[in-house]
Amino acid sequence: MGSSNTAVEALMGKGYAQGFVTQIESDTLPPGLDEAVIRTISSRKEEPAWMLEKRLAAYHHWLTLREPNWAAVRHPPIDFQAISYFSSPKKRPQLGSLDEVAPELLATYEKLGIPIEEQKALAGVAVDAVFDSVSVATTFRVTLAEAGVIFCSMSEAIREYPELVRRYMGSVVPHKDNFFAALNSAVFSDGTFVYIPKGVNCPMELSTYFRINEAKTGQFERTLIVAEERSRVSYLEGCTAPMRDENQLHAAVVELVALEDAQIKYATVQNWYPGDSEGRGGIYNFVTKRGECRGDRSHISWTQVETGSAVTWKYPGCILRGRDTVGEFYSVAVTKGRQQADTGTKMIHLGENSRSTVVSKGISAMFGSNAYRGLVRVAAKAENARNHSQCDSLLIGDRCAAHTFPYIEVKNPTARVEHEATTSKVSEDQLFYCRQRGLSQEDAVSMIINGFCKQVFNELPMEFAVEAQKLLAVSLEGAVG
Amino acid sequence: MLSIKHLSAGVDGKAILKGIDLEVRAGEVHAVMGPNGSGKSTLAHILAGRDGYTVTDGEVRYMGRDLLGMEIEERARQGVFLAMQYPVELPGVNNMTFLRESMNAIRKSRGEEEMDAVSFMKLVREKARQVKLDEKLLKRSVNTGFSGGEKKRNEILQMAVLEPFLAILDETDSGLDIDALRNVADGVNRLRSPHRAMIVVTHYQRLLDYLEPDHVHVLAGGRIVRSGGKELALELEAKGYGWLLEEVAA
Ligand SMILES: Nc1ncnc2c1ncn2[C@@H]1O[C@H](COP(=O)(O)OP(=O)(O)OP(=O)(O)O)[C@@H](O)[C@H]1O
Ligand SMILES: [Mg+2]
Repeated sequence: MGSSNTAVEALMGKGYAQGFVTQIESDTLPPGLDEAVIRTISSRKEEPAWMLEKRLAAYHHWLTLREPNWAAVRHPPIDFQAISYFSSPKKRPQLGSLDEVAPELLATYEKLGIPIEEQKALAGVAVDAVFDSVSVATTFRVTLAEAGVIFCSMSEAIREYPELVRRYMGSVVPHKDNFFAALNSAVFSDGTFVYIPKGVNCPMELSTYFRINEAKTGQFERTLIVAEERSRVSYLEGCTAPMRDENQLHAAVVELVALEDAQIKYATVQNWYPGDSEGRGGIYNFVTKRGECRGDRSHISWTQVETGSAVTWKYPGCILRGRDTVGEFYSVAVTKGRQQADTGTKMIHLGENSRSTVVSKGISAMFGSNAYRGLVRVAAKAENARNHSQCDSLLIGDRCAAHTFPYIEVKNPTARVEHEATTSKVSEDQLFYCRQRGLSQEDAVSMIINGFCKQVFNELPMEFAVEAQKLLAVSLEGAVG
Repeated sequence: MLSIKHLSAGVDGKAILKGIDLEVRAGEVHAVMGPNGSGKSTLAHILAGRDGYTVTDGEVRYMGRDLLGMEIEERARQGVFLAMQYPVELPGVNNMTFLRESMNAIRKSRGEEEMDAVSFMKLVREKARQVKLDEKLLKRSVNTGFSGGEKKRNEILQMAVLEPFLAILDETDSGLDIDALRNVADGVNRLRSPHRAMIVVTHYQRLLDYLEPDHVHVLAGGRIVRSGGKELALELEAKGYGWLLEEVAA
């Protein structure tokens, strides 16, 4: 009992305060959540009144909710009063120079072509005041501005583009959606806002890498992407480098809105700290992600590679409201050590001829537990809706677990819904075969696993796919043999 | 090149090989024949280093080294190649990529440069033509959904590309059509050189017609019960194993 209490404390970021560095000290509120805290957050961020009202409404609703317990994961109860709701969530030590940054991290940044000043910012190196102007001048900002694309922090968006934020925020994931969405709506720290105007094909991949702001990896991020008619955008989120973060609850909300003929691709590579091999520490990743294909023929595609976090609870979904809309979900989720993941998708077919594809690859190693939970709902009006779901599980060793929970609700007789599930193991035969051809055991395992995940990796932009493969290899190091 | 002395081995306490002696010199081709379940694949697996077998007696030296003390991949990198009786499927792993990774792992261990993608592609294409392997198979996942014959040809392609010093072919001829058999034999013959040796496990004379092995051995009940030249295979083809087993028993 004693030990699990410590775990909770560790997890909920005791010692959070002590890590705090001078500059941001004044911005840190003591742990606890009440109306005053929310008012303080809103005023510190200089938000308009309507935003505060939204937050308060969410907070009051949240008070009526209980933490969900239906997921196939176990963790000690979270004490929501033990969390500080306004602070720079990254307590990485400020480093003197890039020389102090882990070389792998730098290599990753370099591969991604991140300018040196931004590398510094990302790695937590103290950045001088010049940086901001340098960053603003970087070419991508100019390119985006020329195309009319808005790409900024949520705080900035609330100030600069209030009409857009007001119109779309909460329109896909209302605060009433679920416990964590309500909490996020009340206390979200920051996040990203993207707006692609009509007919614009966003001239570059957008990535959180490229948007520097302090709250980048906030505990309660809020992301909103709006793609106007006939526009296209591809967005990458996450960090592929192993970040040894402190324990924390990560309850983000991501909303996507695709209007007529618009296309949004959203890719995540998530590698938060998974905790140690005994299951101590690590991130609780409770995220609500949903996209709405609001306009006819719009298309939303989620791709996720989830290798980190102690507990993952997330179901990126698509509401296929328009006719001929397409929703896709490609996922690789890895659990090893004591990691637990309950993840999957929701495909809600409302429009005629709406189509959805689900490809889920779960990999469990050691004591990892991996559940796919997928909902496919076809509403009465959704003539000719189609879904194909494929859920494959790969087990490494015999102490891990994989579960599949498909929920299918069909209210229209013309619907075609197919669900396939397989479970396989990395076999001795395969390892022997690879090693007989000269590959090391580790290379053999990573090759087999990458093969297993190929369909999903194919959906990632090239450099990201390479990173994801390496990440997988790193995260499964020592899991076999 | 390969020297096997009194090799005895088994699985879970069950003895399978019961004192094998075999000398294979560089430049030679040895055929190993024998009834089902006599231990041919077991021998091949033990030479390649597969886990799960316990060596209870004897030793194996390969190019002067203690083969049994080497890791599986180490043996492969030193030039031991096993064409498997049942090639394994690797879903999602591109056949060409696999072969390239394999080749580069072997080259790297020898301190050689990795081969660049273009030269490698050229090499594989050429070898694929030689063994008459459909180029489309290069783009597919390793052995996944390949027909029995395609899998065997793919093994021969790998052998042709990797150019091992000691190639062990475990029933690579089984399940092949007549043309494929010919291609496999050509593949083996092309690899023949004074620096290389081959152990060919087979049930059929036909392959040996093309290969003309220097030595033929009969493995039965975990022992080599008879060794001879290529005419021994002809004799077996004509008379079966019965007479031999009776003779040994007597
Ligand atoms: N892992 C194992 N567990 C139990 N028995 C085994 C195992 N591997 C081999 N054997 C047994 O050892 C004996 C020799 O098998 P092996 O596969 O070496 O025969 P073989 O000569 O290659 O036969 P074939 O001509 O049918 O390929 C058989 O009786 C087989 O059942
Ligand atoms: Mg056999």
